[in-house]
Amino acid sequence: MDDRERVQEAEAKGPPETDPRIAGEKHPLARMIGIGVFASLIGIGITLWIDWFPEQGATSANKIDTLYDVLLICSVPVFVLVMTIAIYSVVRFRAKPGDMGDGPPIHGNTRLEVIWVTIPFIMVTALAIYGWITLDDIEAKQPNEMVVNVTGQQFTWTFQYPSEKLDAKELVLPVDRPVEFRIKTKDVIHSFWVPQFRLKSDAVPGLTTKVRVTPDKEGDFEVVCTELCGLGHSTMRQFARVVPADEFDSWIADQKKAASGGATGGGGGGQASGPDAEQIFTSAGCSGCHTLAQAGATAKVGPDLGKLGDVDANFIRTSIVDPNADVTKGYKPNIMPQDFKDKLSKEELDALVKYLLEAQG
Amino acid sequence: MTFAQRLIAPGWYRAFLGMALGFALGTAIVVVIRSLYGWDPVWDWDAIITVGALIAAPFGYLIGIGCFDYWFRWASGAPTLPEDHSGHGAYSWRDYFRVNTDHKVIGIQYICTTFFFFVCGGLMAMLMRAELAQPGTQFVDPNTFNGLFSVHASLMIFLFIIPVFAGIANYVIPLMIGAPDMAFPRLNALSFWMLPIAGVMMLCSYFAEGGAFATGWTAYAPLSTDTPLGQQFFTLGVQFAGASSIATALNFLVTIITMRAPGMTFWRMPLLVWANFTTSLLVVIATPFIAGSQFFVLLDRTLQTHFFDTGQGGDVLMYQHVFWFYSHPAVYIMMLPGFGIISEVISTHARKPVFGYRMMAFSLVAIVILGFTVWAHHMFVSGMQAWVRIPMMITTMLIAVPTGIKIFSWLATLWRGVIHLRTPMLFALGFITMFTLGGISGIMLAVVPFDIHVSDTYFIVAHIHYVLFGGSVFTIFAGIYHWFPKMTGRMYDEGLGRLHFWLSFFFFNLTFGPMHFVGIDGMPRRVADYADQFATWNAIISISAFIFGASFLIFLYNMIASWRYGPAAPGNPWRANSIEWQVSSPPPVFNFDEVPTVVAGPYEYGMPDVVHAVFKDREPARQGAVATPAGGGGAPPPVDER
Repeated sequence: MDDRERVQEAEAKGPPETDPRIAGEKHPLARMIGIGVFASLIGIGITLWIDWFPEQGATSANKIDTLYDVLLICSVPVFVLVMTIAIYSVVRFRAKPGDMGDGPPIHGNTRLEVIWVTIPFIMVTALAIYGWITLDDIEAKQPNEMVVNVTGQQFTWTFQYPSEKLDAKELVLPVDRPVEFRIKTKDVIHSFWVPQFRLKSDAVPGLTTKVRVTPDKEGDFEVVCTELCGLGHSTMRQFARVVPADEFDSWIADQKKAASGGATGGGGGGQASGPDAEQIFTSAGCSGCHTLAQAGATAKVGPDLGKLGDVDANFIRTSIVDPNADVTKGYKPNIMPQDFKDKLSKEELDALVKYLLEAQG
Repeated sequence: MTFAQRLIAPGWYRAFLGMALGFALGTAIVVVIRSLYGWDPVWDWDAIITVGALIAAPFGYLIGIGCFDYWFRWASGAPTLPEDHSGHGAYSWRDYFRVNTDHKVIGIQYICTTFFFFVCGGLMAMLMRAELAQPGTQFVDPNTFNGLFSVHASLMIFLFIIPVFAGIANYVIPLMIGAPDMAFPRLNALSFWMLPIAGVMMLCSYFAEGGAFATGWTAYAPLSTDTPLGQQFFTLGVQFAGASSIATALNFLVTIITMRAPGMTFWRMPLLVWANFTTSLLVVIATPFIAGSQFFVLLDRTLQTHFFDTGQGGDVLMYQHVFWFYSHPAVYIMMLPGFGIISEVISTHARKPVFGYRMMAFSLVAIVILGFTVWAHHMFVSGMQAWVRIPMMITTMLIAVPTGIKIFSWLATLWRGVIHLRTPMLFALGFITMFTLGGISGIMLAVVPFDIHVSDTYFIVAHIHYVLFGGSVFTIFAGIYHWFPKMTGRMYDEGLGRLHFWLSFFFFNLTFGPMHFVGIDGMPRRVADYADQFATWNAIISISAFIFGASFLIFLYNMIASWRYGPAAPGNPWRANSIEWQVSSPPPVFNFDEVPTVVAGPYEYGMPDVVHAVFKDREPARQGAVATPAGGGGAPPPVDER
């Protein structure tokens, strides 16, 4: 007698009806299904009632939130099924003290196994197709797209509006106008994420990645870096300001005026102010780690640059180009990048030193 | 022994001498080369630490402690020292600190070492939760914080979950298949002794200039090619952990293929053996890829190659592809052995055959194959070719099918069983529910549009802890409690075991459950500071995490006290069928006084006349037999009773 015959013989001995622990129940399966459906409905109700997402700030947000709701509706019954069988089994089939018996030698059931291969297969295939359709939908090219270049660097974002030939420190977008972000990085990998838009794309050295979005709600939304990019990673935040179209146009005009005004000021030579130091402070990444009230910087990786005390220009210059030369007490060496002497031009460095010296006020 | 003799004999004295000589040799190589080429400075400490401390000294230690003695003698033509087996077995705690070729001793060595690193990684998690308890910076600066989560993850993955499974399997697999030992006992010892190198290296990175490696366990280039020296401690530590893992996997494959007892066909192997067979396939195929990815980083850092320098034709996405080609299968390396443990535990403690045994084995094989086709689902927002996301989404979701087969089969095994709710069974049930949740959030993450939103947020942190803690670590606890009597010859305290389960189950969920909420709501991962809106949940998470961490102390106390003072365990306390339970607890030094013959499947509960294996001269279960010491520190000294 081989294994298989022995198994069949043993299984023939114990059909479920003879199990005294469930023999008294009329329809154990029907009851379980009843409990399961009831629990699933409650579970679905609770999970849909929870306010999971941040507010919806773009047209794609609603589609992604709906997709998540569908995923919840499919998931809850699966979890409830597993829990119901597990809890029911533990309650009903728990060994009495001193019970040395065994369960019936059931080795399998082909029909049941086919069912639990087929149904999950159909479910995940359907969800994958739905996900694919949604993906194509939210990434589809839109008419009248405005291109905005996004550049990540340790630890700040800068933005360019190529159609307006404008560089900006902040991200301002007109409401209801489709935007294509073209994302780059100057150093390591960053990730550009606005939770309210539900979009995200890494900024990858050597590549320009693209993300499409149509903001449909006015407000200030945080731009968050989500790819670990070094020390100031958790402070690499900025705001995306979504404004009405006319306000956007006047903002563009203001920015252009400021840019050209700065250029004439420098060319005129009257004040010889040179490059805009506050702009350098942000674009070089200082604001990613340091606090400076004048520049609106609040990061706490490095010392507060508005409270350096009694220092001279030489000290500030040395601290920028050779940060390890004199490390402020309470801070560690090798944390600040040591390549600013290559990154900044002489004029930029001079302007920055002057700006920081004045900031000590 | 005189001091000079101790320095020559294999052991710790020679190991420290070897480390010193290795470091001196590495230093000499660096200094000589640099002075020959006239490079300035000649004493470049970064290079000296890399070559001397991170490469040469570990080899000096391995040679010193005695891993290579037999092979060196053989290779040089000197007479080898024949194994007189005096090195087998462990009779006092000191024996665990020596190179030993007994698989049972090595198993215990693995488990204790990995739990040490588990405690280290756990303490780092506690520090992180202290920092994250409220917004702003309180305890650690951002550099230290980045180091904490990087070392935490690396220790948990490379020094705990992966090797602790190797440890449990090391102890149990040869016994389960009726073999006297592993196929290559000396290689087995070498595998173990490479492991502490990796762990100590990662811990020591805190002392490197610039702090511990702070680029996450993923070490994405070009951040990792551009950070202080600590990164090299990771890059090289992974090599030792990986080499250890590959050698053990080869050992398991050969052992399982060639050393099964008569009658033990593949279809009569316990599912834990199947699980380790498939895991070992994954390890030998995939692990070389992470070794490769880290060598690229090392070369970029030390020899100024340009693998990841885009200005010079490098490709940073290549790093991620190679890395995840290992690290996704690694998720299954960390899960399949747990599946095996759960099959053993559920069938034994529910007194029923595993439902659909062959489908359970086939689904393991299916996971191995599908597991190699999904790596880029970690890269949906990485900027790779857009179309790759679709096939990766589909294959990722398809893995739910074989995983579902396993979950449903365990449930069907419970159905109409006679369920004994002992601690291993509680952890198995906890595993099923938590892993189902982790699997569900995995399916959600596979759907690209949703993943775009939550990628690199706390939702990922929640998911990974549900599959790796609620999944893998719960199976590890189940396995440790289940085989504790076999390994130590003592019974653990059931009450403390249950308390440990309920505390960790409840506070696990309170710790990691809310992370789903804050993740979807916009909190990125790997941040030392966060927006005020997440403060409430983070405070709750931190408090819960502290209690969750403290619950582990109960486990630790239970294990140590029971190992020393627990009541003696009979050979087969769970009345299990598989072969390891048919010998004494702990088993004899050479496992079997006579070779068992396997006559039926491993889970024939409910059929009193069917046994899994027979021994020629005695009844299958030799309960109450006097234990011969092996692998059990608390066991009596060797006495010949026969």
